[in-house]
Amino acid sequence: MSHAKPRVFIFGRGGDSVGLDPAHEEDGESFKVCESIYDTLVQYQDDSTEIEPALAESWETSADGLTWTFRLRRNVDFHDGTSFDADAVLFSLNRQHDANHPFHEVGGPYIYWTDSGLAETVDQISRIDDYTIQITLTRPYAPFIYALTIPAFAIVSPTALKKSGEDFTNHPVGTGPFSFVRWDRNEKIVLKANKDYWGGAPGVDLLVFRAIPENSVRLIELQNGSIQAMEFPNPDDLPLIRQDPDLNIIEQAGMNVGYLAMNMDKQPFGNHKVRQAINHAINKNQIIEQLYQGLGIPAKNPIPPNMWSYDQTTEAYTYNPDLAKQLLRQAGYANGFKVTLWALPVPRPYIPNGRMLAEAIQSDLKRISIETEIVSPEWGTYLEKTKNGEHDMAMLGWSADFADPDNFLYYLLSKSSAKKPAGNIAFYRSDEMQSILDQARTETDTTIRAQLYRQAQALFQKDVPWVPLAHAKQIVIARKNVRDLTLHPISFKYLRHVKIKAD
Amino acid sequence: MTAYLIQRLLSMLLSLLGVSILVFWMVHLIPGDPALMILGERANEAALQELRQQMGLDQPKAVQYARFLSDLSRLDLGRSFRTKGLVAEEIGWHFPPTAELTLAAMMFATVFGILAGVISAINRGGFWDFATMFGALAGVSIPIFWLGLMLILLFSHQLGLFPVSGRLDALLDLEIERQTNFMLLDTLLAGNLAAFADAVWHLILPAITLGTVPLAIITRMTRSSLLEVLNQQYITTAYAKGLSQWIVVGKHALKNSLIPVITVIGLEFGYLLGGAILTEHIFSWPGLGSWLLKAVEARDIRPIQGGVLFIAALFMSVNLIVDLLYTYIDPRIRVPSATV
Repeated sequence: MSHAKPRVFIFGRGGDSVGLDPAHEEDGESFKVCESIYDTLVQYQDDSTEIEPALAESWETSADGLTWTFRLRRNVDFHDGTSFDADAVLFSLNRQHDANHPFHEVGGPYIYWTDSGLAETVDQISRIDDYTIQITLTRPYAPFIYALTIPAFAIVSPTALKKSGEDFTNHPVGTGPFSFVRWDRNEKIVLKANKDYWGGAPGVDLLVFRAIPENSVRLIELQNGSIQAMEFPNPDDLPLIRQDPDLNIIEQAGMNVGYLAMNMDKQPFGNHKVRQAINHAINKNQIIEQLYQGLGIPAKNPIPPNMWSYDQTTEAYTYNPDLAKQLLRQAGYANGFKVTLWALPVPRPYIPNGRMLAEAIQSDLKRISIETEIVSPEWGTYLEKTKNGEHDMAMLGWSADFADPDNFLYYLLSKSSAKKPAGNIAFYRSDEMQSILDQARTETDTTIRAQLYRQAQALFQKDVPWVPLAHAKQIVIARKNVRDLTLHPISFKYLRHVKIKAD
Repeated sequence: MTAYLIQRLLSMLLSLLGVSILVFWMVHLIPGDPALMILGERANEAALQELRQQMGLDQPKAVQYARFLSDLSRLDLGRSFRTKGLVAEEIGWHFPPTAELTLAAMMFATVFGILAGVISAINRGGFWDFATMFGALAGVSIPIFWLGLMLILLFSHQLGLFPVSGRLDALLDLEIERQTNFMLLDTLLAGNLAAFADAVWHLILPAITLGTVPLAIITRMTRSSLLEVLNQQYITTAYAKGLSQWIVVGKHALKNSLIPVITVIGLEFGYLLGGAILTEHIFSWPGLGSWLLKAVEARDIRPIQGGVLFIAALFMSVNLIVDLLYTYIDPRIRVPSATV
């Protein structure tokens, strides 16, 4: 930063990061920054959800799927000058896995290590030589390699973490394209380009993440040119943004699903025909069109279209109130019934406005004589009570942690997740579904797995425990002179390629 | 005087103990499991258990309260579960921006409020009285959120006169070491006058936004209090002696009418120091209010408890200072002796 003016890219976002010690983080705002500072063993390709090498140059699996051997990249340094090697990988992962590790207690819980299933499937992580490590599993776990892309499993500098301890979260050191400069809490995080990055130096000198909580103010900052890109505009501002000659809207299909779960533990939702009727009664396309302002696509499967194994051929339930009424009559509910409809109290990526969505659904259901009472307690209570099955119908959703259908289907629809507090809040208990999902989890051949997941989608379509609602797109608004900003369905690593064209 | 101070400080301590009980139980009574709030959609039984245990939520409430009090007696406010930071440090970081903003807002409100009040009072029934009272009515009724956005749209976006939000230009900021996190102080300590000017520039719109309601209240209070004083006989005497209006109002009337005005200023000041959530939100101002709001949203227990206690203590201190100010403004008011 001596003579020439540094090329600065300021990214405006709604909130600050919670922490920058990746192993403990679980929120998008933290991972967004972590992905610029750290690398994982494997990562997604820039333009797809296929896996490519990162800190691991290559890897192989034993025939039984239990032993994974990773060969590590050489001549890579952490930002503090220490070298990356097998010991650093062991330190970063064993710290999460092994309760007896001397640095296990530093920080809080390892939320993703538990959540992603690695805590129970990983047996041992061991060193073969300076640049080779081996991970053995207790049972074959097909999503394993995808799970390793989660930013929480990034490789941290052991030297730096030992030095900073609890404070590592404020002084992060990794091998990534940017190194940490400073963090003014709830204002901004400043990162500097790592010119020696193994993947090539980034396109800007400084990357700044600014917290600008108010959506409309963030947009004005962008229009004034004091920031170069931003996320989460007000949907109402989109028409204005489209007309602005200085701004570009960059879109990408997200990997998420918003759904309406029907609690099958409660009548009348145990009745198959009732669930079908409700699927026919909701004018999904029109509701999505109005509520998502072009940033959502109607869902027909429980997994999003950009997830591998997505079944294009699934026939969506059409909007047909007459057929819905007929199905209700056949089910013995010609005069309808009265149930509670739980509306999301907070905006989530997959459902931007739960209250309005609930009102639209309410009026559609009224047409087939189903009376609904909208319930919308605050978020903590909402999660607690829906996970304990107190609702009749409730909306909820999921954003992918990694690009594997298991990440959606097992948690949301397997019989084993119908145990309270449940991930499967439809309390859909199908032995057939469970056996398909179990099989797909242990099978290592991706072609066979994809077939199994298509079976799961067909079964879902037949049993309809939910009304699948929408897949939301993600967008970023950038100034016209910003180049090479393309979003990725899951990862935030795209910021490393960003460039600014000189005016 | 000393005895009075000791008595006041002791009673403050007692009140704070009351606040600690209140805030402890309130946090536990509001719905929403803190562990669940952190885990969100992904919560499962194993993760919940582990987290509750780490947060100490599996202990009986009485044990939790006892631990809270014993930490407190050592002035240890604990650690945030969300950010893992020390609560005392986080308050130390987020209070200066709030204090800076509040001081600026109250300066604006006090100077212009008293001025407008005086103008209004001496022109009673006239055009200027009507105009300031109309302005004051508008000022108290205006939604802060709307006002802030309008100021930004007009002065920052359309006219380009002021920065949109934040405390300092992002690049200038890189040259400033945040020693105190009082931006005006830090820029001066760094000897960087350009940055200091920029910090003042950033402060103006939020200070006007935050100061508008107090401005209106102070204006009205000054007016009515001054009018009351102006009706007293000694004022008539002063006029009869042929003194000019400036002398009568400025020297004889104003000081005597300030007691209720000071009360209002003190209350508003204490209130704003607790954080002005809306103004902070609009102007991306990393103050105490938005910090506390985030803690509440996440049911992050220790920061909520520590933050509320801190604000309560602050409010009580400001009140004490105001009480002491009375004796200075009006010598007839005496500090009561401790025995009373």
